[in-house]
Amino acid sequence: MGTQTIEEKKVAQTETVNVTGSDALLLSLITEGASTIFGYPGGAIMPLYDKLMDYKDKLKHILTRHEQGAIHAAQGFARVTGKPGVCFATSGPGATNLITGIADAYMDSTPLVCITGQVFSALLGTDGFQETDVVGVTMPVTKWNYQVTKAEEIPEAIAKAFYIACSGRPGPVVIDVTKDAMMNKCDYSYKRCKYIRSYIPEPRVNNVQIEAAAKLINEAKKPLAVVGQGVILGNAEKELLDFVNKSGVAVATTLLGLSAIPNNHAQYTGTVGMHGNAGPNIKTNDCDLLIAIGMRFDDRVTGVVAKYAPQAKKIHFEIDKAEINKIIQVDAPVLGNVGETLAQILDYIQPKQYPEWLAEFKACDKVEYDRVIKEELHPADGKINMGEVIEVLNDSAKGDAIICTDVGQHQMFAMRYCNFNSTRTWVTSGGLGTMGFGLPAAMGAQFGCPDKKVVSISGDGGFQMTMQELGTIAYNKLPVKMIVLNNNFLGMVRQWQELFFEERYSNTPISSPDFVALAASYKIEGETVLDRSTLKDAIERMYNSEGAYILEIKVTAKGNVFPMVPAGASVSDILYGDENKK
Amino acid sequence: MNQEFTLTIFSENSIGLLNRITIIFTRRKINIDSLTVSESALKGIFKFTIVVDSTEQMAKNLVKQMEKQIDVIRAFYLTEDEILHQEIAMYKIETSSLLETNLIEGIIRRYNARILELTKEYTVIEKTGHKAETQELFEQLKPYGVLQFVRSGRVAITRLKKEHLSSYLENLEKEHRDPVTV
Repeated sequence: MGTQTIEEKKVAQTETVNVTGSDALLLSLITEGASTIFGYPGGAIMPLYDKLMDYKDKLKHILTRHEQGAIHAAQGFARVTGKPGVCFATSGPGATNLITGIADAYMDSTPLVCITGQVFSALLGTDGFQETDVVGVTMPVTKWNYQVTKAEEIPEAIAKAFYIACSGRPGPVVIDVTKDAMMNKCDYSYKRCKYIRSYIPEPRVNNVQIEAAAKLINEAKKPLAVVGQGVILGNAEKELLDFVNKSGVAVATTLLGLSAIPNNHAQYTGTVGMHGNAGPNIKTNDCDLLIAIGMRFDDRVTGVVAKYAPQAKKIHFEIDKAEINKIIQVDAPVLGNVGETLAQILDYIQPKQYPEWLAEFKACDKVEYDRVIKEELHPADGKINMGEVIEVLNDSAKGDAIICTDVGQHQMFAMRYCNFNSTRTWVTSGGLGTMGFGLPAAMGAQFGCPDKKVVSISGDGGFQMTMQELGTIAYNKLPVKMIVLNNNFLGMVRQWQELFFEERYSNTPISSPDFVALAASYKIEGETVLDRSTLKDAIERMYNSEGAYILEIKVTAKGNVFPMVPAGASVSDILYGDENKK
Repeated sequence: MNQEFTLTIFSENSIGLLNRITIIFTRRKINIDSLTVSESALKGIFKFTIVVDSTEQMAKNLVKQMEKQIDVIRAFYLTEDEILHQEIAMYKIETSSLLETNLIEGIIRRYNARILELTKEYTVIEKTGHKAETQELFEQLKPYGVLQFVRSGRVAITRLKKEHLSSYLENLEKEHRDPVTV
């Protein structure tokens, strides 16, 4: 039976055909609109990989160099496209290698459908070769998971997986498929899942809540909106902009909310949180109304909870009712998709402007510039600073590139200094803080947006965690631009050791290979920058290069990210890093 | 302030859901005092009854986390005055020690207990009631030598006329005439 026969019969029509479980699975993926799969084969998933060869024209499989690379790539793909990322892994070690990415996607609400192979159903529970209880292991980090042991269960399980992964607050789903379920025949027909009675993805918008929130907004003298990734996940960027423009409120974003609103917007005041901007952090404890929009009050955002905006009334626009009053008690919850709720509240709010209130943020900006930014971005001498690199990158990227980062100091510098003009151009590991995320995520982002420039920014530590993916980048001729900010330290941990552990640098100095030579062995171009005078040209060369390019930049060894809200402090108790100098 | 809450969770009958529910407690280091599962009055819908000692805020959050599970239909937290509840206890006593005195009839009457089985070696007594009541009987029987003792988890029903869930499901079904479920 040829590919096209099955496919034409099935995908185009609704009649039932008799196929193997593997065929059923791949046909289901095609029907759901999946086109790119990241994965790695192995024993238990071999029947599925075998059938992949029959669907080459519809499904592109990207062989990564490690399953962790596959899942981070799927995450990067999902984050920039808004479509679910799909990845394959075999049973046992293949599946357990996905766990970090699944946990990351769960924390950051990224829609993923992960298919794992499993041993024959007769071997389940017998400690068979490469058997792991994948459903058990992934349970705490998945939105839903399910084990398929019969071929005929496959279409419904996949339909449910896509529906659950993408609807409401998105998240990762794992479908564990036994080898016999892939090999056995079944009658295949596909019906997309649109309803599960035990699952209400989007709470119905309640007008009473809208009116209560609007009243608070209309009465506010000093309103501050804090925007999270919920706006991006809800495709509500336009609704946000309309709301912001009409209401006149000051706007800040969380780490993951970046790019939801262009950061040159007149009311944009920066990012909140541990290494966010002074203005929105200080003004959190000065505003009279805090409007949380699609964010979840992470501890890196709130600092010590008891001292988080105690003076302010609070509104929480949120799709997930479990987030309401989970950490911060709010006066006016507004449940629903922010795309709907922000659109609806627009009719109830009065057009306003708050020039004096916004000027207070400008005053904070001035302090931050004088005490932190000026020296970070324009040092008189010495080695290159991380922040400087981002500033120079802005000159080339002009806010239009997709920026993917790893985790650590470079991530915080990128958050602080990168410009963003449009949505879904910022891919970073927020909730889980996964080192090694950046490079494979950039790879997935490039597959998702082949026409955009994708820049990955990593530190020397994180890059070494997943740098085997250079192989995937080289093989697929992906034009990913890789910046490695090398300070020979695990910089963020070193910074904490300096500030909170009496400068005892336990296991943070780290050596690296010659990154440029390493890339060259994959036939990837690159160069090392040692000196400020060559930085701008080097970044331009990288940015304008045809193919992949690695730029290793030797940066100052003991640079610190400031301002900083130390753990356990109030968001308005900010360290600028110059306290000891005074 | 901690107090006793009875959580009732209505769910689909799916494999592994018990695990997903208990993870919510273990992750927060909350001990489950008692747990029972059985089919509810609504066919195919299962009811978990879980007793915890927690603050009201925590009980609220736990319920929301439960409802977040895909296969959970609804979850509720209830206080003592909102429910009727029972536990069942069984006590195995050496028959000879019971026969040494004539107090056993009084005990059985007073505690509204009953004898399930009597052999030459042992006697099994059964009592239903609140934990305090079954515990009190345990203390009474102690002098006779309790060979085995077991107490079930709590079962509870609300003081409402119908199950909390019934009207909710009726409304759901009205909205979705053509439900698609796996």
